[in-house]
Amino acid sequence: MNYASIMAGFGGQGILMIGNLLSIGALEQGLGCTYFPSYGVEMRGGTANCTVTISDKEVGSPVTARPDGVIAMNGPSVDKFGPRVKEGGFLLINTDMAQDEKFSKDGVNVLRIGCNTIATELGNPKLASMVALGAFVEKTGIVTIDSLVQALPRVLPEKAHKLIPLNEKALKAGAKYAAEN
Amino acid sequence: MTKSFEKGNVAIAKAAVSAGCLYYFGYPITPQSDIPEYLSGVLPGLGGQFVQAESEVASINMLLGAGSTGKRAMTSSSSPGISLKQEGISYMAGSEIPGVIVNIQRSGPGLGGISASQGDYFQSTRGGGHGDYRTIVLAPATVQEMYDLTILAFDLSDKYRIPSMILADAMLGQMKEPLDEWKPELGIDYGHSEWILTGAKGRERRRVKSLYLGDGDLAEHNWRLAEKHKRIAENETRASVDIPEDAELVVTAFGSAARIARTAVDRAREEGHSVGMLRPITLWPFPAEEFVKVGEKGTPILAVELNTGQMVEDVEIAVKGASKVSFCGYPPGYLPSPDEIYEKIMEILKGEEN
Repeated sequence: MNYASIMAGFGGQGILMIGNLLSIGALEQGLGCTYFPSYGVEMRGGTANCTVTISDKEVGSPVTARPDGVIAMNGPSVDKFGPRVKEGGFLLINTDMAQDEKFSKDGVNVLRIGCNTIATELGNPKLASMVALGAFVEKTGIVTIDSLVQALPRVLPEKAHKLIPLNEKALKAGAKYAAEN
Repeated sequence: MTKSFEKGNVAIAKAAVSAGCLYYFGYPITPQSDIPEYLSGVLPGLGGQFVQAESEVASINMLLGAGSTGKRAMTSSSSPGISLKQEGISYMAGSEIPGVIVNIQRSGPGLGGISASQGDYFQSTRGGGHGDYRTIVLAPATVQEMYDLTILAFDLSDKYRIPSMILADAMLGQMKEPLDEWKPELGIDYGHSEWILTGAKGRERRRVKSLYLGDGDLAEHNWRLAEKHKRIAENETRASVDIPEDAELVVTAFGSAARIARTAVDRAREEGHSVGMLRPITLWPFPAEEFVKVGEKGTPILAVELNTGQMVEDVEIAVKGASKVSFCGYPPGYLPSPDEIYEKIMEILKGEEN
């Protein structure tokens, strides 16, 4: 098993956070994992993306031209990474930040989900990326929701640990939406 | 033991501490600043010293000073900063002072950019500064190796009284992977008490120097260094070799390029092609013997680098025309995908190479 995923969006949307969470979730399951962030100018505002490659043996390339799965949290990310998704792959589109997209590609399974809307219903729009990751792992099965929940304390800073239950809720709300759509 | 999940840069910094390095001198530059950031938080609490120097030139000379007292010390920078350090590295080599220098390469020439590159292969393996010398150059390809090879760099540097360099790049520095933070045995006696500068009270004065003006002295000194280089080449050459008996092609790459090439090789193998992988871990000394073995079979070689062709020259020198050597290069500003390297492998296997 070798699964390359890309998560992308605006800086500040929690992209690198969910990339880290997915990575540690994979570690919790005893899988190999490489996390490669975009860095430099992207860190200073603008777009952010990272590639997370999960494997049951040693991970080879940290980069990919044909990801198995993509989380696109905004419109530009759909445009940039949507066409690259591998045949048989999966694309999650956050419709709240990519209103006018009409993306389709043969052989690519697309889930359209209003992550910000669901997060706001849970009480905090900042949880949108967690909603997305919950939906992503539900659809792809690369790691379990439980592994992600276990990984939360290792990814969130100490001062944010009181928010672990809320993050868990967001992951599960995303998974629920994905299971039903 | 639970593995941590660390950035390559942080793995190097943690390895330095595990190796007993208490002294760090550096000047910030992207994409390696996580190293000084981490060490600035840790070293003072361990009774060490973290110095953000006024420049790269100052920091390499501080490394020279620390090394001359027999203490383990390190500096790190990225390509343009490493260029500035070359004079000091040459003086360390000439004076046989140990020390570890980390280069998390970005792109050049000149100011270049901040993207990953392997453009400093020549600079690292040919000496870089003036004079007839070598530095040990280790090329990690995983976050774990960033840790393991940093510890090795300290050991080899002390064992041979020679500056050691870690040559990685922005990709390896910025990516995160699981890390086993093992602790090496410390306190090995490298015989430093014979030469280090610790204050001459009660003993004869010592000199640690690279200036030799006496008739024939410098030639003798250079020959002695050359002897040492030969000893290092005989004993410390390292490579990761995964070549099937019936290989139709051997792909060679180091560091981050080797990671991308590995996925391409695996794909070719899954499709039934017998493709080998030869990854130099020490860039100097270069694992020439491993390439000689490939040459003896006449197996074609494909060298993949994130530059326009540097290590490939060492490959050609090693095989002496016995194997056809092809090159696939990616200058900075762009990272190749495994697919592109796979296509190149297939071209060669099908005999369609231009």
